[in-house]
This record gives sequence, structure tokens and C-alpha cells, in this order.
Amino acid sequence: MARRDFSASRIPGFATVAVLVFAALYLPIMMLVIYSFNSGDSIAIWEGFSFKWYPVAWNNEQVREVTFRSLTIATVASVIATTVATMAALGTTRRRGTKGQTFIYVMINQPLMVPEIVTAVALLIFFASIKVATGYQGLGYLITAHAAFCIPFAYLPIRARLEGMDRTLEIAAADLYATPWQAFRHVTLPLLMPGIAAGLMLAFVTSLDDVVITLFVKSAGQDTLPTYMLAQIRRSVSAEVNAISTLLLLLTVILLTAFFLLTRKRD
Amino acid sequence: MKTTLAAMALLLGGTAIASAEGELQLFNWGDYTSPEMIEKFEAETGIKVTITDYDSNDTAMAKIEAGGHGFDLVVPSNSWVPIYIEKGLVQEFDLSKLPNHANIAPEWLESPYDPGRKYSVPWQWGSTGIAVNKTAYDGDINTSSIFMDPPEELVGKVNVTPEMNDVMSLALWYVGGEPCTEDTEVLKKARDALMAAKPKWLSMDYGMTEKMAANDVMASVYWNGAIFRARLKNEDIVYGYPKEGYPLWMDQVMLLSDAQNVDEAHQFLNFIMEPENAAMISSFARYANGIAGSDPFMPEDMMTAPEIVVAEELKGSGSFLPTCSPKAQEYYTAIWTELQK
Amino acid sequence: MSAREDGQARRDARNTWLLSAPALFILTFAAAGPLLIMLVYSFLTPGDYGNVVWKFSTDAWVGTVLSKDIFDGTYSLADAHLTIFWRSVKLSLITTFFTFIVGFPTAWIIATRSPRMRTALLFLITIPFWTNLLIRTFAINQIIRNEGLLNTFLLYLGVIDEPLLIIYSDFAVFLGMTYVYLPLMVLPLFAAIDRFDMRLIEAAYDLYASRWQVLRRVILPIVRPGIVAGSILVFIPALGAYVTPRILGGGRNMMIGNFIELQFGQGRNWPLGAALSVLLLVIVAVALVFYVRITSRESSNG
Repeated sequence: MARRDFSASRIPGFATVAVLVFAALYLPIMMLVIYSFNSGDSIAIWEGFSFKWYPVAWNNEQVREVTFRSLTIATVASVIATTVATMAALGTTRRRGTKGQTFIYVMINQPLMVPEIVTAVALLIFFASIKVATGYQGLGYLITAHAAFCIPFAYLPIRARLEGMDRTLEIAAADLYATPWQAFRHVTLPLLMPGIAAGLMLAFVTSLDDVVITLFVKSAGQDTLPTYMLAQIRRSVSAEVNAISTLLLLLTVILLTAFFLLTRKRD
Repeated sequence: MKTTLAAMALLLGGTAIASAEGELQLFNWGDYTSPEMIEKFEAETGIKVTITDYDSNDTAMAKIEAGGHGFDLVVPSNSWVPIYIEKGLVQEFDLSKLPNHANIAPEWLESPYDPGRKYSVPWQWGSTGIAVNKTAYDGDINTSSIFMDPPEELVGKVNVTPEMNDVMSLALWYVGGEPCTEDTEVLKKARDALMAAKPKWLSMDYGMTEKMAANDVMASVYWNGAIFRARLKNEDIVYGYPKEGYPLWMDQVMLLSDAQNVDEAHQFLNFIMEPENAAMISSFARYANGIAGSDPFMPEDMMTAPEIVVAEELKGSGSFLPTCSPKAQEYYTAIWTELQK
Repeated sequence: MSAREDGQARRDARNTWLLSAPALFILTFAAAGPLLIMLVYSFLTPGDYGNVVWKFSTDAWVGTVLSKDIFDGTYSLADAHLTIFWRSVKLSLITTFFTFIVGFPTAWIIATRSPRMRTALLFLITIPFWTNLLIRTFAINQIIRNEGLLNTFLLYLGVIDEPLLIIYSDFAVFLGMTYVYLPLMVLPLFAAIDRFDMRLIEAAYDLYASRWQVLRRVILPIVRPGIVAGSILVFIPALGAYVTPRILGGGRNMMIGNFIELQFGQGRNWPLGAALSVLLLVIVAVALVFYVRITSRESSNG
């Protein structure tokens, strides 16, 4: 049997699956983009082409507010979560048999283990007592709650990256009289970057999607995009939310293209 | 008169202590508050209104009871009104600040759950009935048998709204009982009938304005205003009032005990009892309001809609659901849990 | 053990705790700590209209395994709880397996592109998830409903004669969950594959290892941490999923998440909800520890 050259980037079938996966991921997104141009107010019945939902969504002050709030919380919470998760991942991998590692591991993954509603009710009771005692009702509660449940989403990809990453380079750096910080900054961190990026992205979208915990923790005037939408389910979701989603999508695509063009030279 | 009122309110607002100047925190069902009405209120009074949404009476109660929420006004359904009062979560109105209180229609003023309306101002009211797509089934729709014993044509196409009180009451009426009964024989009958009907249902879900209009669901236990909006998109949809009995409900605005902006809240309450403003609320969410004299301001299509205007012969079957005793409540939840498994 | 190694071990131990401290602090304050409230609540009496009454009771814990007949007061095994639990485990396992089957090649393809392309593809995977979960779920519903895209297409092709009834079925929930949890599988897999030197595989292949052997002996051990992370991130949240089963499953067949939610909502039995969730937490935590132990032992055995 003649053997063709093997190439890691060309395993037969893999590319097909990947293309199908991307297609499947974007199919529902295409649907919602199409329906954002619906002239009717439905997300299920097509009544003709129109741009009308864009000005409607844009001029809806509440929609603008909740979208901005969601993005703010997601950004701050995911950065906090990723930072502490990176530290924890560095602390809990590639170290021999330290006592308490299992405990730390379970603690970090704990937010995954109970349905959101349970954490939500517990936080409602706990934070309400703090709110009453201190009088502070700001966004801090939502950000802390989000940062907490985002930690495992950031931690696991970073840990997956770190595990088995060999320490030779770091030890070499240390032997060359690099301070631990220098070794981390110039050796470990760059190697770890893909894991951190993956973790940050997961944490960000997880925060952006959260409904139940936010619903219970929010104070007056702290609706986020998901809680705003959840509360509409009983009535009916109008094409307005499709327009908002499409605008957000457009924003990310612009950011992505910009990033892509800016990094072209260095590649 | 309005200017005098505004001036008076301003004066009162000025003397209030420890409240943020000119703001109001409204905690309401999602997509239930007319933005135009809020704009008008803000323009007239200079008070900034912030609306925060909830999706169920249970969530609202849990949050209010926990405290530290920062809300001034909440809009619970009728069966929750006595619970709020009993738990001391709401305060009595200062009627001297509510001259429009006299506008509350007489039939709503003497409500069984808040006699004299000292704690609650009507927001909107409606019924829970049965919507049917007449291309799928053409028979009598003014009966609960549509979902309790679906006709051949509707088997596997019926949705039942996941609202315990509404569904339990409909089922109890259907088997000849009354809501909140503690009679185990009747309850057993209702449970058995529900359990027997469940395999013939498609779903227990919300969002029926869309799904009925899009022909995904051919019949559903649902709220009249939502079905009214579905019918505007799909004229095959008709709304029935079960003759065995059907629930009426009302959501009303209540003033929280720990409200920070009590004066602003009174101004708002007075504002929404103005017939013109009450009509604005109705034309947004498509439910009737409880304010006398709002009819001339209502949209034309609502004044004739069979979903809003109940036929004379079916009026008698509708009634407000009482607040059940803890014992009856326990039976309800046990049956409901069994049903949802 | 030499003195140097001993010192290293002690430094390691100290650093483990120091480096984990900020994460543990946040989690104690806003996740695990407040859950102690749930432990307390599970031993109280339900209030008439939600919440709890401060009266000790073990009813909730009894209620997790036994159900009391409301009419004659007799107890029987709560088989409904088992049904719900089994349905959740089954659906979550299938979802995890399927996300892996399609997620692995995807992650592989991403990891083997040029750095710039890699970043772009990673973004492409996550962009759909910038759109709110509810909206995405509604969009999926749009595709699979009776008159939706899928059925219209299949009818047009003549593959089927009448629409497939997918909405409001376990299959719809599975489809929705696979969609929702896919990036949680792909990203950790990517992070694990990406650090891997591809020349190793090519070398192994040159040494006349078969494709299957390369996959099993060379690739799998390397990506194992990614598989472990991915399957934890998919399986555990899927077990407690709430939105997807509610919208795509139509609320007739509950999963654990919905059942616990019901206790805190219309069921008005907070203690039972609390007891069920503490029980779930313990089961999952124990399973997790075993899973991690087993998988790490396998990888060290090579």
C-alpha cells in the first residue's frame, strides 16, 4: 500500500467536520439576522423586508442601557475571573502532590455543579443582607457574582494548556538568573497565552449569557440584556431583539476584521 | 387641574426627606409598561422612571422579601395581593395624594382582595381562556374539554400555559369543583383528568403569540391579550371562554414598605389613574384597564375585540381566583409537580 | 529525597495556596460560601408562599428519596426523581459525547492553522455566543419547527413526506444543548492541541505507525487534559441546564435544573429544592474527583 505523506493539518475528514460545525453554528445566527429585517414584529412569520427594527432598537433607551450594562459586566467580570483563574491554574498544576489540591480543584469547579437557580437564591439572600446593612446597591454585586461563576470556565482551558507544558524552558530561564517574575513574563506567559485567550473568551460569553443569577442578584435599574429578554418571553419576543443581536454581531465582526488587518504585517 | 396637582406634588416632593430627587423605581412584568406613557409622565413631572423587569410572581416576591432591592412600586397579580399585605411588604396609600383614585371603576374599587383599594391600583386585567386555530378544529371552543379531553383533531397539538393557579382552577371547574378546594375527592378527580390529558398535549410553554400565529400550536390555554395579538397576525385564531369556568386576573400596582421615593410613587399612581394614561397602558400590552372613562381613549380595534369584550352569556363563568389556603396550596403544588414530571 | 527537592516541594505547596487564594476568596464570597445557606434551608420548613419558615424539619431530605402521596399520606420511592435524574444524565452524556465527536476535529483544524488564522477561527467559534442564549434558542426553534427551514428543505428534497415533529422532543433538547455547549468543548481541546508539536505525529507516522495507532498512542495522551476539561465543562452544566430544556423541550419533560427551579418557583418548596441541589452537588463533586483521579492516572501511565 502506498503511503501518502502525513500532514497534521490535513487529516482526512477533519476539515469536512469543521466546515459543517461552522455552518451549523452560523445557521441559527443567519436566521436571526434575516428576521431582523422583517417588516412584521414576529421572529417566526416573515411579512416582508424592512429596516424599521434598527431605528426602533437604537432609539429604545432601555435596550441601549441594558446592552451597555451587559457588556460592561461581562468585560470586567471575565477579566477578573481570567486573572485569578490563571494564578490558580499556575498554582495547581505541575506541582507534586501538594495537599489540598483536590479541595481547590473542587472549589474552583463548584459553580458548575449546582443549577444556576440554587446559586441565584443563595446569592439573593446573602447579598440582600449586605445591601440592607451597607446601603450599597451598585453593580459590584453582579460583577462579583459573575466573576465567581466565570472562574471555572476560565480555569479549565488554562489548566488544560498548562498540564504537561514542560518546565525545561522556565528552569533554563531561572538558571540564566532570570527572576521568577521575568521567567513568568517572558517564558511561561507567552506559552500560556492561547489557553488564557480561550479561557477569557469562554468567561466573557458565559457572563454575557447569564440569566438566572442576574435576575436574582440585580437591584433596581440593573437589567441586563438577557434578563430584559427573559421577561419578554411571556408576551412575545419581537424582531427588535433580533436587530439588537445583529448590531452586536456587526460590532464583533468589525472588531475581528480590524484585528485581522492590524496583525497582518507581523505574521 | 393637572398643573395644580403637579405644583402640589412638587411642593410635597420638596419637603420629603432622604429621597433621591425626582426618581422612581418601578418593578414590573417585562414588556408590560408603555414607553410613551412613561415618557409623558417624565415630561409632566420631571421624575426619572427606571423600569426593572421580572418574569414571574414568585421571582418578584422572593426579591422583595429578601430586601435591599431599591424598588418603589411592584405589580403583582390579584392572588398575591393579600400575601404582600399580610407579610407587611407594602404600605397603605395616602389617599389625599391620589385625587384620581375616584376614577377607579366601581366594579374594581370593591375588590375582594383589597376592599376600597387602599393598597393597590389597577394596572391591567384579563382572562385566561382557550385559543384555537379554527382550521384545525371547528367545534365548540367555549369549553375546557379542548385541553382536558382534546378532540381527535387537536391531539398532540395543544399547549397548556405553565401557570399553576390558572391551570389548576380550570381543571377543578372542569370536574365540577371550585378553585382552592380542600375536598380530596374533587382534587383527585382533577389530578386524574389532568394526568390522562397530559399525553395528548404538545407542550407546557409560554410564547404562544408567536407559536399560535405561526401554526406551531393549534390550541392553547393562554391569556386573552396575547391571543388578541396573535389573531392580528393570523385570523384563523379564535379565543374561547370555557363555560365550566375560567379565571379572571388583574395585575395591580402596590407601594412597597421600604420604598425610597414615596411621593414620586404617589404621583405616578395618580398619573396612571387618569383615563387617558390608563388607555395608553392598555393600547401597549393589549389588556383592559380598570379605570372608568378610559374607553374614549382606547384604540378602535380593542373596543370590538372578542378577546377583550366578553360575550354576555359567557360573562357569568369568569371569576377572580381567590388566594388559596396553605393546605389547598399544598395540594396544588403536589399535583402540579406530578403533572410536570 | 534531596534537600533541594524537599525545599522545592515546600515552596510548591506554599505557592499553590498563595496563587489560588484570590480565586478561592471570590468563590467563597459569591459562590460556594452562600451555598451554605442552602444547606441550612434544606433542614427548614417551607413557607406557605415560597421562602422558608425557621422550624427544623427533615422532610425535605426524606422528600428527595421518598414521595408522600398527598391523598392517603403513604410514602413510596420517589421514582419520578429517578426518572428526571436519569433523563438528565442520559441527555448530558449524549451531548458531551457528540460535542466531542464534532468538536475534536474542529479544534484540531483550528490548532493547526497559522497563528493569525487560529485567532480568527477562535473568534468565529465564539461569535455566535455573543448572541443571547434565549435568542439563539429561539433561532434553533425556527429551524426545526414544523414549517421551519429544516422541514421545508427536506420536504423539498423529497426525503420526507410530512414534517418531522422535532420541536418539543428530547431530540430537540439534545440538538439545542449540543449547539449551546459546543464551544465549551472546542476551546479547551484547542488549548491542549495547540501546545503540541505536530512534527511528533509526522515522525510517528513516518515510523510506520498506522493512523489509528498515531491517534491512540500519540495524539490522545497529549490532548487528554483538554478532553477532561471539555467534558467537565459540557457535562456538568448540561446536567443542570434550564433554558434549553424549557424552550426546546416544551416544559413537559423536566430535567434536574427545571425540577429544582420548580421548587423555588411555583412548587414553593425551597427546602426540597435546597436538599436536591445539595445532593446533586455532592454526587457531582464525588464523580468529578473520581473522574480526574482516573484520567490523570491513565495519562501518567502513558
